[in-house]
Amino acid sequence: MQIWDPDYECMPREEMEQLQLERLQATLNRVYKNVTCYRNKFKEAGIVPEDVLSLSDLSKLPFTTKEDLRLNYPYGMFAVPLREVVRIHSSSGTTGKPTVVGYTKNDLKVWSNLVARFMTAAGVNSDDVVQIAFGYGLFTGAFGLHYGSELIGASVIPMGAGNTEKQIMIMQDYRTTAMVSTPSYAVTIAERIEKMGIDPKSLCLKVGLFGGEPWSEAMRREIESRLGISATDNYGLSEVIGPGVAGECPCKKGMHISEDSFIAEIIDPDTCQVLPPGSVGELVLTSLTKEAFPMVRYRTRDITSLDYAKCDCGRTTVRMKKTMGRSDDMLIIKGVNVYPSQIEEVLFAIEGCEPHYQLVVDRKGTMDTLEIRIEVTENIFFDEMKMQKAFLDNVERRIDSMLGVGAAVKLVEPNSIPRAEGKASRVIDKRKI
Amino acid sequence: MLKIKNLNTYYGKVHALKNVSLHLSKGEIVTLIGANGAGKTTLLNSLSAIIPAASGELLLEGKSIAGLPADRVVSLGLSQVPEGRQVFNPLTVEENLELGAYLRYRARGQQGAIKEDLQRMFAMFPRLEERRRQAAGTLSGGEQQMLAIGRALMARPKLLLLDEPSMGLAPLVVQDIFKVIQRLRSEEGTTILLVEQNARAALKVADRGYVLETGKVILEGVASELLENKDVQRAYLGRDKKEIWER
Repeated sequence: MQIWDPDYECMPREEMEQLQLERLQATLNRVYKNVTCYRNKFKEAGIVPEDVLSLSDLSKLPFTTKEDLRLNYPYGMFAVPLREVVRIHSSSGTTGKPTVVGYTKNDLKVWSNLVARFMTAAGVNSDDVVQIAFGYGLFTGAFGLHYGSELIGASVIPMGAGNTEKQIMIMQDYRTTAMVSTPSYAVTIAERIEKMGIDPKSLCLKVGLFGGEPWSEAMRREIESRLGISATDNYGLSEVIGPGVAGECPCKKGMHISEDSFIAEIIDPDTCQVLPPGSVGELVLTSLTKEAFPMVRYRTRDITSLDYAKCDCGRTTVRMKKTMGRSDDMLIIKGVNVYPSQIEEVLFAIEGCEPHYQLVVDRKGTMDTLEIRIEVTENIFFDEMKMQKAFLDNVERRIDSMLGVGAAVKLVEPNSIPRAEGKASRVIDKRKI
Repeated sequence: MLKIKNLNTYYGKVHALKNVSLHLSKGEIVTLIGANGAGKTTLLNSLSAIIPAASGELLLEGKSIAGLPADRVVSLGLSQVPEGRQVFNPLTVEENLELGAYLRYRARGQQGAIKEDLQRMFAMFPRLEERRRQAAGTLSGGEQQMLAIGRALMARPKLLLLDEPSMGLAPLVVQDIFKVIQRLRSEEGTTILLVEQNARAALKVADRGYVLETGKVILEGVASELLENKDVQRAYLGRDKKEIWER
């Protein structure tokens, strides 16, 4: 069992806490000096960086939320001048505008190293051929895994998302040994391989690194048996760094968080109180090594729990369970984060469309589908089929360009959608993950 | 080796060090960088009890050294090479070195060991042997720096604090001093906390570094990463020639 960074990954708890405190204090001093948003939030809470004398004092600090990122769009949360930023990524925002994150040269180095850790833990080494089937572009997933593989010394195939048959051809011909994608795409590939009559054993695949969306142990077993590989989970979010926050070791009993770079807390999403170790709640992350885009107590909205017990693999870092859901209404569709509010905004923008709508998310075979049902009103009732089709096409096109995920739009009878008493009725998620 | 948590030091009402936390592992070279007045020397002086620390946890190999007098701190294994060398000018080189072992004279059976150490110092710094009977004040700056380092080593420290060892020295001599620092770690296994105005040279020999600004740590990192950090470059390394040309 290889460990990429044993000094840090197997650090005794006491030393780790000293290092975390040092880096936390330095991070707070920096953000207080360089980021107006943090300075104001700290002032509002009546706190200065000097008040943080121990890791437990972290709970005195205010949270950072997606809303803060939206208000400071695009560069307001950066802690260095833009000229020192060498990379910009973004992810979907709750409404309209995406959130923008930046990396300095050092940030990219640190990021690569963090990814190399969990890839090594998953079983990737310099002899591997890694096929990356995440979309390159503004999302952090593909680039993170790409850099991590290169740092390990593996051969990277920057395949990108989609084009399943070509993926399989490359997998066969280039003798791919490690596959990187969303778990649902792995199932798609497995199905297509079966349909094409290819014996999975004839492939060289040995390990899969799957992330970007929540998945179950049942799904892991399915992927492992159908593709004959070891399937591992990893966790990250672009607001915090992208992939590289945490990843599974061969024990597959939770994802090791790189604690020298992130402090993890679990809070009750309703009361915002920190919960004792082992409790299930919302994950809150504070970055310790980021230069361009430090994050203090970022509410990830992901529900999980932390296990501080020593792992059999020898790593001493805390492990987080597979994420069990969200504390907000965000949906993950085909690995893309979608907020109902984004769709609402598109519908509002289109003239005459009142927001009586419902989202139906389903999984046809292995791919997620999104259907948007809109109640017909006088304004959008068309006698002509042609006009109605044009309207639906327009909505679909706008949704697609806004979300990056295709949706089927359907008109339904007035008052056929139950009136919202809570957010839940806006969304029907038929997927059984 | 050394662990500091929330160290605060005052000069009268001036809050010179604010919640400084740092650590050194055994055998590590760690450097403190920062502008003038950032608190680098204050930090070293607080550790060696030249200035009393107002509050904070100071652990040397797990033992608290907070509030101990300077001689106790030295006998526990921490020696400082002060800024500006501070050799005893009228005394000979040999006497200066022997004074470094002052605390050990009291202990029984140390006489022989002290003689041995003296020979070790002469082996490490042949120039000092050549000038062993010469008054320290007549040595060149570089030789005095070697002497100051040798004097500190005579106390057989586990942790050596070096304050601006290259200050006022010619570039070639500075190279020698940095070679000595590296040899101390590789040959003697000494753990070193280095304060240096020549941040680039310091970061090249160091494993890790802390950046101080107005009494606060604003950055901790692996030395090679700090070299790449723009804040560090801007403030403490000077601009690159290229950037000047672009302007």
